[in-house]
Amino acid sequence: MAFQAPAIDYAALSPVIALTAGICVVLMTAVLRALRRTAAGLTLLTLATTAGLLIWQWGDSVDLVSGALRLDDLAISISLIAVLTAAFAVLLSLREPAVEQAGPGEYHALLLGSVLGMVLLAQAQNLVSFFVAIETLSIPLYILCATDLIRERSLESGLKYLIVGSLGSATLLYGMAFLYGGSGSTDFSGIATGIGADGVLGDPLVLVGIAMTGVGLAFKSSIAPFHQWTPDVYEGAPTPVTSFMAVATKAAAFAVFVRFFDVALAPQASEWQPALAVLAAASIVIGNVGALGQDSLKRLLGYSGIAQAGYILGGLVVASEAGIEALVFYLAAYAFMNLAAFSVIVARERETPYGDDIRAVRGLGAERPLLAWPLTISMLALAGLPATAGFIGKLYLIEALVEGDYTWLAVFIAVGTMVSLAYYLRVVAAMWMRSGEEGATATAIAGASPEADPIDPEAGRRPYLAGPALLAAAAVVFFGIIPQPLVEFAQHAGASLF
Amino acid sequence: VINSLLWTPLLFGLLGLFAPKRLVGWWATLGAAVTLGLAIALLAGFDSGTPGLQDTVDVNWIPGLGVDYSLGIDGLNVFLVLLTAVLWTGSVAFAAVREQERPHLFFLLMLLGETATLGAFIAQDLLLFVLFFDLMLVPFYFLFGAWGSDREGGPTAAAATLKMIVYTLIGSLLMLVAAIATAIIAADGGQITFSIADLANHPLAEGSQRWVFWFFAAAFLVKMPAFLLHGWMPDAYRAAPLPVLAVFSGVLAKVGAYGFLRVVLPLFPDATVQFQEVVLVIALASILYGSVMAFTQTNVRLVAGYSSIAQLGFITAGIFALRADGADGAILQMVNHGLVVAPLFIIVAILAERSGTEDLREMGGMAMRAPVLAALFLIVTLATLAMPGSANFIGEFYILNGLFQAKIVFAFVAISGVAMSAYYALRLYQRTMHNRRPEGIASRELSLRDGLVLVPLVLCIVGLALYPQLILHRTDRSASAAVTAAANPPTGLMRPQDGRERPVELASVTTGLGRLHGGRNRPVGGEGR
Repeated sequence: MAFQAPAIDYAALSPVIALTAGICVVLMTAVLRALRRTAAGLTLLTLATTAGLLIWQWGDSVDLVSGALRLDDLAISISLIAVLTAAFAVLLSLREPAVEQAGPGEYHALLLGSVLGMVLLAQAQNLVSFFVAIETLSIPLYILCATDLIRERSLESGLKYLIVGSLGSATLLYGMAFLYGGSGSTDFSGIATGIGADGVLGDPLVLVGIAMTGVGLAFKSSIAPFHQWTPDVYEGAPTPVTSFMAVATKAAAFAVFVRFFDVALAPQASEWQPALAVLAAASIVIGNVGALGQDSLKRLLGYSGIAQAGYILGGLVVASEAGIEALVFYLAAYAFMNLAAFSVIVARERETPYGDDIRAVRGLGAERPLLAWPLTISMLALAGLPATAGFIGKLYLIEALVEGDYTWLAVFIAVGTMVSLAYYLRVVAAMWMRSGEEGATATAIAGASPEADPIDPEAGRRPYLAGPALLAAAAVVFFGIIPQPLVEFAQHAGASLF
Repeated sequence: VINSLLWTPLLFGLLGLFAPKRLVGWWATLGAAVTLGLAIALLAGFDSGTPGLQDTVDVNWIPGLGVDYSLGIDGLNVFLVLLTAVLWTGSVAFAAVREQERPHLFFLLMLLGETATLGAFIAQDLLLFVLFFDLMLVPFYFLFGAWGSDREGGPTAAAATLKMIVYTLIGSLLMLVAAIATAIIAADGGQITFSIADLANHPLAEGSQRWVFWFFAAAFLVKMPAFLLHGWMPDAYRAAPLPVLAVFSGVLAKVGAYGFLRVVLPLFPDATVQFQEVVLVIALASILYGSVMAFTQTNVRLVAGYSSIAQLGFITAGIFALRADGADGAILQMVNHGLVVAPLFIIVAILAERSGTEDLREMGGMAMRAPVLAALFLIVTLATLAMPGSANFIGEFYILNGLFQAKIVFAFVAISGVAMSAYYALRLYQRTMHNRRPEGIASRELSLRDGLVLVPLVLCIVGLALYPQLILHRTDRSASAAVTAAANPPTGLMRPQDGRERPVELASVTTGLGRLHGGRNRPVGGEGR
């Protein structure tokens, strides 16, 4: 009997292969002292290669590894967002103290490891590959959060994330076990047929399984009421890592969210829609209200991220092609908006003794217009003002929601956006306006501990910080005025599931 | 032409970033003047005989979402566009003769504001309209907040501005939801379009119209502002830099009223009829409240601010009379009010420079050595109180005429607003220009540069007083088209297609007034035809 070698679609697996090879190479630089300085460059090269291979596969949709993974436009688009974010994070990490302490090789290898997890997660359509991918994504992040070894807050952040993240993973895994028990399959499509007849509500095993899986996912994508870790972890982690977490993790988690709910549970849509809608509404309320009083910009963006996750979840709630398109569009816009903001925060952290406190950006408009503009654009876009990608994203989401008969959630988004103006514009006001608020209490310092990090008064002029900020802000404005390319990008992603 | 009209201000603003600091103001003035030229060209090419839109541009903007980049001019907006161009030219010029902090940014934002406002007026796609409507706020947020003045014992400029933004965006974000809902419900599963003209042909079911109507109305009423939704106005007006406030009060408030005519009446006719009286009550409350507040305020800006609330109340009442007369009058009055209030704020700025205060109690005697300034101010004042002979009088007359036909009780209440406007306008004039001159206040004549800004604006008032037909003639057809959807009237009072022979079934008093002061049949100045 001849051995039948399984057919391996190397082309479709090439992005994953490239990333894995990249991790090995980058890790090697940690061993060979002479190559220490090349880690960042090699990481960027790996990411560029991966992006190139992903774009090469654009338009394909194939099942891989006996159906455990699926490479389609949804996976590719989410992977591209993750890879792009990682590339920004690498640039922002240049000269970051955390990188020196952790060792550039290790730091970048971990970063790439997390990206690998995201790329896999975006393709996962089987409970096992789903779980493996989400752990591949998470474990490097736990470590990355704690890489700023001399800052207590960074260690605290890593530990907190580890504990909460493990709890999330455990819940997820437990839920998967129930789901397997109830449906008899680990494949998403198998689950769909397995529970098809009785419906979700008929079978307690399946219901508990879905609930717990949903909760686990909500932990990962920081959706209220499973969000409590977000502000603390965001604040404590080194800022480049925060930026990567805030954007890429969210994108990847939403990718699998979409696949899980819109493939495995598609037949029962009407039963889980109300539950997710409530979660979305709760996120919008809690995120926006929580952000109001924040002085730390990273905490502020953390809470704003919770609210934005609520908006994005709206795209999933309607379980339609338009919903998925809106979700992908908003994720892409969200990536640019947040990356612009985080680039400026990193620059100001290094320039001023205020860390990520809002005082760090006071008077920025007059002092450093090239940093003030990206942050301004980012804040206006997050608030959904026109001529930015944020406006088009909201428009897309609201259109999908109204079409899917969830107008009340659309109104929630509008109301949440109004509340959000109060804190986004506070940042803008600090930059451009003579603010009477918060007098001259310059001693107490929130956020990062400044005594540890050397101040680089020229940080804002360094091209690897100002460049990403300007680039991301330009993208926000460009896609706000000419959104069609991004709309088509999202339409491809949406079409691959339906 | 219409494309270049829209983008010229922004283009000049961006190029202005590269101009030397000393010249950037003049460069911006040139930009506003070029825009004005284009607006005049547009008016010259405007054919009052053709119904519907002219000079249209229609490009697929985001086909995936059904949004078009669609612009057009008709009788409703052609004069508002001209008003925008005129007032911006005046304000930018007035700002240019003064020193501004960070002038590059100041003038860029001013001109961005002009582009956004023009966009809101000429957009013919519902979503594009919402987009420009929201976009208007952005430059004014910065202009008010960063160039405004903090008030002692009151909120800072930044805080006052934030309040304004939150208030106005409450309305406009809900409007975004409502606009999308309108298009999706109208499409009924088919291809989504946001074209206002198409949507008007597929009116919504009455139930949906009701909530959509209020979402839109909220946005427009806050913008005006109307009574109960005006909470942002006092702080923001006190904080704002005056040249910016001149265009803000002169033009932006009108976008709200215009929105009713362009969007609400044609798209939601059933709800409009249903809620007519509610809106009329709000309008009358605005008239009364605004007038009374204008009596009592001592801050010059707030007198003008509250009087605007009253005037916008008049305009709203005119629109919601749902008669062609009322709508004609409303459009005329929008232009009139803009032309009056912008010079008023410029005069306030000039007075404040001379007296060092904006408090009426500390002013006085300014007219002593400044006869020209006093004369100009007097013209503006008389126009504000709608002196017979001014275009404002004709505007108010038309509005009341419409209102009398529609709801006679409301008309009687509204009339009291006319009387009250005389009181606050004259009080403002007397307290500043007459009376004894307090110590330390200089009565100086208008400088030549300020005169060059102010005189043309006042000439516009005078010109329009002499020849209001300029506007009425061109707006009539569109205005009646805008109200017909809503006003296929319950009383059966159909309006003849040619408005000229329309019988005037009014109390003889008003008819007599119309004869005297130039209703539609006998324009003032004898240009009757």
